[in-house]
Amino acid sequence: MPRFGMVIDTRKCVGCTDCVVACQTENDVPHGYCRDWIRTELAGEFPRLSFEIRSERCNHCDNPPCVSCCPTGASHVEDFGKVVLVTANKCIGCKACVSSCPYDARFVHPDGYVDKCTFCYHRTKDGKDPACVSVCPTHCMHFGDLDDPKSKVSELLRTRRHHTLLPEAGTGPRVFYLT
Amino acid sequence: MLELTTTRHNPLIDPALAVWSWEIPVYLFLGGLVAGMMVLAGIAMLRIARGDDPKAFFSLHTPLLGFVLINLGMGALFLDLTHKLYVWRVYLTFQPGSPMSWGSWVLIVVYGVLLASALIRLPDAWPWAGRRLPVLQSWSDAMVARPGLVRTLAWANILLGVGLGIYTGILLNTMVARPLWNSAILGPLFLFSGLSAGAAMVHLAAVVRGERPAPQGMVGGALAAMCQPLGTALPEKRTVDSLIRADVAFLAIELVLIGLLLVNLYTSSASHAAAATLIVSGAYAWAFWGVIVGLGILVPLALQGLELKYFIPHTVVPALLVLVGGFVLRWVMVNAGQASHVVQAAGG
Repeated sequence: MPRFGMVIDTRKCVGCTDCVVACQTENDVPHGYCRDWIRTELAGEFPRLSFEIRSERCNHCDNPPCVSCCPTGASHVEDFGKVVLVTANKCIGCKACVSSCPYDARFVHPDGYVDKCTFCYHRTKDGKDPACVSVCPTHCMHFGDLDDPKSKVSELLRTRRHHTLLPEAGTGPRVFYLT
Repeated sequence: MLELTTTRHNPLIDPALAVWSWEIPVYLFLGGLVAGMMVLAGIAMLRIARGDDPKAFFSLHTPLLGFVLINLGMGALFLDLTHKLYVWRVYLTFQPGSPMSWGSWVLIVVYGVLLASALIRLPDAWPWAGRRLPVLQSWSDAMVARPGLVRTLAWANILLGVGLGIYTGILLNTMVARPLWNSAILGPLFLFSGLSAGAAMVHLAAVVRGERPAPQGMVGGALAAMCQPLGTALPEKRTVDSLIRADVAFLAIELVLIGLLLVNLYTSSASHAAAATLIVSGAYAWAFWGVIVGLGILVPLALQGLELKYFIPHTVVPALLVLVGGFVLRWVMVNAGQASHVVQAAGG
């Protein structure tokens, strides 16, 4: 079974938000909401400054707190791809998962259930890339099986410096940022 | 310097998490309150099983009130759900890692124990029901005649009460993303806050109609059954005093636990220290120091201490303040907890 992950090259990302628009179109995300977003981070003191642009989303963590706190099992890890998904007709809208996510990656859909990035599971389970990855004009985003040493994502993680978001939260995020 | 900008704008998520409104603090408060009442009722039942006079204990008379209050709490919880039609899904599964799943199943048992406990006095307290349903009287007689059964019910009340009280804290405690809640002290803190609120509520229930004969009818009798002490006379003064002494002890322990919570947070990571600052000197400081610690603990402690020494007459003011403090504790912890977040290191 594959273990899907995403690798994003922050040296190539220009923050154009194409990935955000592609996701909203592909997944019919309601107006005013977003499953992925662009965050820019400026750190340091002038003139020693660093600047990073990141396309962020649910990290499909290896140790997802949103799954363990769900009282109905609506929030779950799919066997194929180890993707974290929400089954809408099992979700009661208690919002425990929303509170438990350190990345604030979830939101309450206007229809009442909790929604978030699915790694475009309807596409990726058939071997396609997620919509955000497929439209990226700078080709800064890569998607694949982290457990396959020959995959592009594994190769990039072997050869490039990278980091994840809030690793201290202990969630084991699977979206990696190349620096 | 760390400057972050984001294009995300999800309602109730940005700029700060605010998915839980008044409903969850109300649910946590009423859950803790009923937990406290169950523990007190359990202790009273143990005394009765030992042969003490049932009329001597206020707390024995409150399981039915507890049943109504827990239903109000569950009502608030239901109002908070955003996908209400699917609420039954909770009872099609058991998720061992989810405190909410544990709580949902424990509450089913709590309902059963509260109703069984209420049966001990129901035919006397609500004569209308006793007359219409003679089986209630026979059940009540059968229970009272078996001290072993009363003792079992007593321990069920105590254990479930402690479990329910701690659960209301653990529910928040397990969420790694909210540093203000990441302390195991939250469980015992909510338990002792629930115990002091339970003692205050039993106290209030006992004085509401204590000096008048209980109504006998369908509606009046049902209402009276929730708060009317058995018989027409008030329970003895020593039982009032023991309730006040218990409340003083609960409040003192609660104060120590609040201190330990702050020590725990300030000596943990930067995220936890920043979270503690929210309640110590941030936006919630007025409610934390003024209402929770001041009006909710220190003032009732002082008033009840003076009452026990007969320096001032006995009033319901301390009990009311304890209840206000107990609710505001949940309100502050839920709201400030949502506002707290894992602090990102520069360049992380």
